[in-house]
Amino acid sequence: MLLAALTLSACGDDDSGGPVELSWFIFNEPSGVLPTIAKRCSDESNGEYTISFEYLPSDADQQREQLVRRLGAEDDSIDIMGMDVIWTGEFANAGWVEEWTGQDQTAATENVFASMIESASFEEKLYAAPIWTNTELLWYRKDRTPKPPTTWAEMIQMAAELPPEEGLIQVQGNRYEGLVVWLNAMVESTGTSIVSPEDAEQVALDPKETEEALAQMVELAQSPAADPSLSTSDEDSGRLSFQDGASSFMINYPFVYPSAEAEAPDVFKQMRAARYPEVIEGEPSAPPLGGINLGVSTFSQNQDQAFDAIRCLIQPENQLEIAGAAGLPPVREDLFEDKEIDKVYPGFADLMRESIDAAAPRPVTPAYQDLSLAVQRAIHPLDDIELDAIATTVEELRTDVETALAREGLL
Amino acid sequence: MEAASAGSEAVRGATEDEVGDAGGGKKKPITERARAERKLGWMLVAPAVVAMLLVTAYPILYAFVLSLQDVDLRFPDEGGFVGLSNYVDVLSSPLWWTDVFNTVFITVISVSIEFVLGMGIALMMHRAIFGRGAVRTAVLIPYGIVTVVAAFSWQFAFQPDTGFVNQLPLIADDKDWFGDRFSSFAVIIMAEVWKTTPFIALLLLAGLTTIDGGLYEAAKVDGASPIQRFFRITLPLMKPAILVALLFRTLDAFRVFDTIFIMTRGSQDTESLSILGYNQLISRLNLGLGSAVSVLIFIAVMIIAVLFVKGFGASVPGKEEDAR
Repeated sequence: MLLAALTLSACGDDDSGGPVELSWFIFNEPSGVLPTIAKRCSDESNGEYTISFEYLPSDADQQREQLVRRLGAEDDSIDIMGMDVIWTGEFANAGWVEEWTGQDQTAATENVFASMIESASFEEKLYAAPIWTNTELLWYRKDRTPKPPTTWAEMIQMAAELPPEEGLIQVQGNRYEGLVVWLNAMVESTGTSIVSPEDAEQVALDPKETEEALAQMVELAQSPAADPSLSTSDEDSGRLSFQDGASSFMINYPFVYPSAEAEAPDVFKQMRAARYPEVIEGEPSAPPLGGINLGVSTFSQNQDQAFDAIRCLIQPENQLEIAGAAGLPPVREDLFEDKEIDKVYPGFADLMRESIDAAAPRPVTPAYQDLSLAVQRAIHPLDDIELDAIATTVEELRTDVETALAREGLL
Repeated sequence: MEAASAGSEAVRGATEDEVGDAGGGKKKPITERARAERKLGWMLVAPAVVAMLLVTAYPILYAFVLSLQDVDLRFPDEGGFVGLSNYVDVLSSPLWWTDVFNTVFITVISVSIEFVLGMGIALMMHRAIFGRGAVRTAVLIPYGIVTVVAAFSWQFAFQPDTGFVNQLPLIADDKDWFGDRFSSFAVIIMAEVWKTTPFIALLLLAGLTTIDGGLYEAAKVDGASPIQRFFRITLPLMKPAILVALLFRTLDAFRVFDTIFIMTRGSQDTESLSILGYNQLISRLNLGLGSAVSVLIFIAVMIIAVLFVKGFGASVPGKEEDAR
């Protein structure tokens, strides 16, 4: 009966009477696992829908630019959107993405890490279904430092004691989103946040904590352990430099592990993972949180089918398959008990789970882009910040973030 | 004077053939024929003018209208007419003035270098005896490469760890070219110069080929040195070509975007005005502020164009003919 009704309604929308074609806008995930699961869902939908792909660029900023340009023009060709965790506030406030309610909401949040649900919610409503997550770990060389550092200060010191050609630390210091990821994790690790948790239009950044967090970043940037190209480094340049052997520490996502296995087997043998370092000794760190949430476009003509399709795509076995093929962690915490995950993250599956659980999402605010640009401008390049005058820099940072949240001035 | 010109008008009225190209000279009453021809001319260009209005005037006007409003795509419920406040925001921001400096700096330095190099290459190509076609094609290659690709190549070359530049003698091995403002500018300008010198060279070559070889013969007979010939014959006669080459390149350089976007994304204070506009419009979706930036860039470009044409006023093509 239900099927008949669906087919009938599909007839109303579509002259051909066949399955509705849903366009899924997402970056071209290189392992190619997404088309596989999309095809399976299409086949299992009994003619309700078929999912087709519209690939976005690999760079997150450019993905967003392409999407918002279409959404701004109310383009109805988008049905499903692969949204970076930081777009939720903006898309929701602009009215570009549909809210998840009732059964759909339950399906999208069941057993999902609280940090990921937070990243997909705006003003206490859910706007997207998390499909995979990500977090950064501390990667180190066990031949050079048998025991990993637990704090940033310790890591800088350990790196300084190594010979100069081995002692570099790789972090993301270019003026781009990666720098904001770093600052957010540092600030959250000290117990404060960039945006006030009570009011998304107010800056938090408690001075004492922020000074401590920023000082650690500056100390690293000014120490001999900093890569000479820190101010332009990103995830990939860090990965390459670590594979070259010049670096002994690296903050990066788990994609670096299989990459080292394939490209630098000698380094790979010595490569181990540890928890994101602490800023304040004894206070657990708040690692960065990444990932993709799936949203349904407000301008989609096939919203019901799109919700159904997403519910199929985020099923546990699909999340496991994505993890197995692409190394992207599932968003359901219960899946970390699966043996499959141990194979994907050999020896560090529990660490991944613990990190994602403790991770702090970046602020969910419609003005996120402004905030991000303002933060990047305020603290880049890190080695130009004077440690003696860190209080002034933090004060400026707070003012800049405040202006950005009010969406004033040029950025 | 008045009578004389009136008299000559009468004569011209009789010999209608000459009237067609009299438009550029002194003020003269227009004849029937000229008026008809002018009308025909307008009718012939009308389709092009309409198309231009549709694709340029409309967006420019729309941008101007947007620049007077508070429009932000992310906040559809807010906004409204705000008068000139977007312009006040832009012009009172230190960021705008930093970017004006950056843009002018890059423009002046890169166009100057390109002009000198381009002139040298043009003279060389003009003199080339064998393989003219091959030389001209080879010189054009950098200009044929997509700017983004060229920018990436230069960026990779100057990367401290993977690039080859730091392995050259006399250059520090760990020099971080993109870690400092003026070394970033240096790479950006080099990439721009490398890419667009061929363009200037070709325009100048076109100017060179129009110069009558007899003038040089005559100058040689009179005992003029090569340097004198260059400054007294080549340069003055090339003025229109130089004007076009410099004007095009200056306008182009003033809107520099791709190279900086790829190399630094505007970090280390290397942001140009175009990147500033892009950030407001495309990244922040703040159409009001972004349009104000765009309109200001447009005005700046207009000013440059006017200055060039006024500065080289005497050599606007039509008048060159009269001078001879």
